[in-house]
Amino acid sequence: MSDLNPFKWWQRLLARPNDDLLKTLVVAFLVAFTASIFVSLAAVYLRPFHVANLEQERQARMAAMIATLPGMEDILSSSGVDAMEVHLVDLSTGAFATHLDAGTYDQRAAAGDPETNVEIPSDADVAGIKQRAPYAPVFILRKDDDVHLIVLPVRGVGYQSMIYAYLALNADGNTIAGLTVYEQGETPGIGARVLEPAWQALWPGKQVADESGAVQITVVRGEATSPFEVDGISGATRTGNGVSNMLHFWLGDFGFGPFLERLREGEI
Amino acid sequence: MQHSMKYLVDPLVKSNPVTVHILGICSALAVTTSLSTALTMSAALTVVLMLSSASISAIRNHIPTSIRLIVQITIIASLVIVMDMFLRAFAFEMSKRLSIFVGLIVTNCLVLGRAEAFARQNPVWPSLLDALGNGLGYSAILLIVGAIRELFGAGALLGYQVFPLIENGGWFQPLHLMLLAPSAFFILGFLVWVIRVWRPEQNEEPEFNLLSSREKGRS
Repeated sequence: MSDLNPFKWWQRLLARPNDDLLKTLVVAFLVAFTASIFVSLAAVYLRPFHVANLEQERQARMAAMIATLPGMEDILSSSGVDAMEVHLVDLSTGAFATHLDAGTYDQRAAAGDPETNVEIPSDADVAGIKQRAPYAPVFILRKDDDVHLIVLPVRGVGYQSMIYAYLALNADGNTIAGLTVYEQGETPGIGARVLEPAWQALWPGKQVADESGAVQITVVRGEATSPFEVDGISGATRTGNGVSNMLHFWLGDFGFGPFLERLREGEI
Repeated sequence: MQHSMKYLVDPLVKSNPVTVHILGICSALAVTTSLSTALTMSAALTVVLMLSSASISAIRNHIPTSIRLIVQITIIASLVIVMDMFLRAFAFEMSKRLSIFVGLIVTNCLVLGRAEAFARQNPVWPSLLDALGNGLGYSAILLIVGAIRELFGAGALLGYQVFPLIENGGWFQPLHLMLLAPSAFFILGFLVWVIRVWRPEQNEEPEFNLLSSREKGRS
């Protein structure tokens, strides 16, 4: 070890036979080291491109999902909306939950998982759903930067099944822009008529709550007589009650109530 | 020069890695449903093959024999990872369609085969030519298979509609078999047959000679 000149040391190393232990170790280390540097550099330099691609992909998926929502396309095309955002809302506070990804949050899975779901007190549980997820997605459609429409996912027990629907509200948070049921298992020909466009067409323009803020919207038996009432379907009284209860729950304090409060105060 | 061109030209037909050595079949089946995926895969494989052959050949005199394969695989794997990241950054849609198969270039026998059989014993320049030749030979087969499968399976080439489909008012009924993996086997087998009729020297000696029925009766 008298000669510490690194070049000479290197040449002596290379001159060793290829089955020499020291040379094997040094070559193995150098190959692994060079390869890892190479891969790490590529990963660091290409990362911004990957992130941008994934973000684009997520938005494309979201847009595709929105486009498949029944009736959503009509709402989009007729209202002349030019931007749509999805946010997760913390239902207890009404604030946006920014730490979760709205694109991948699975509301149904979170509602079914005892680890994450929130038990609804039985006196508040008018929709009969027992548990709900702590967060819910809301779709906000803007026109010239102003809120134009908000779309809320709602669900509730009807006569014999869980009814899933989207409720679209105007920017005042009180006027209904549309209701689309997209999943249900009610009696075919009776309760299942909630799917009919003719019945769903009765909803736009109805009012949710009266001046005191109490949720009034109801599916009545027979003909509607006020802006808070919607014609019932003959023979489907309990399905109609289910829809009413569903809206009462989701527009109330345990549902989107706190969020709608913030909307009305212009915080969104 | 004549001599070195041999490295480049030979693997195109005479010793084609796919039709003669039957290497790299897995990816040849998987990525040839359309011409564009076949093209991307061919380019990716050729680049990886050239870089790996060149770098292995450059250090060939100092690769310890006991860890020879691990060193080669390490070099190939890191090149493939970088290639995969490149595709994901600049050809995201294409990399989604190729999915795992770019990553599987690591295990493509063709790459390790050329490293082991050629680059380990030859200088850098011939290794590079040999890698390019093999890459092009592999690409040629992939592109032929890809073109046939896309043309008859979807009536299109590179996404451009060549045959008008019946469903759009044309006359062409797509052969859906062409989009399934077995069709790639059929086309590959057909290609091997055509090439061996053209170049009978590629025919292998049969490993077992079948007895004629008379001999069978005697035995």
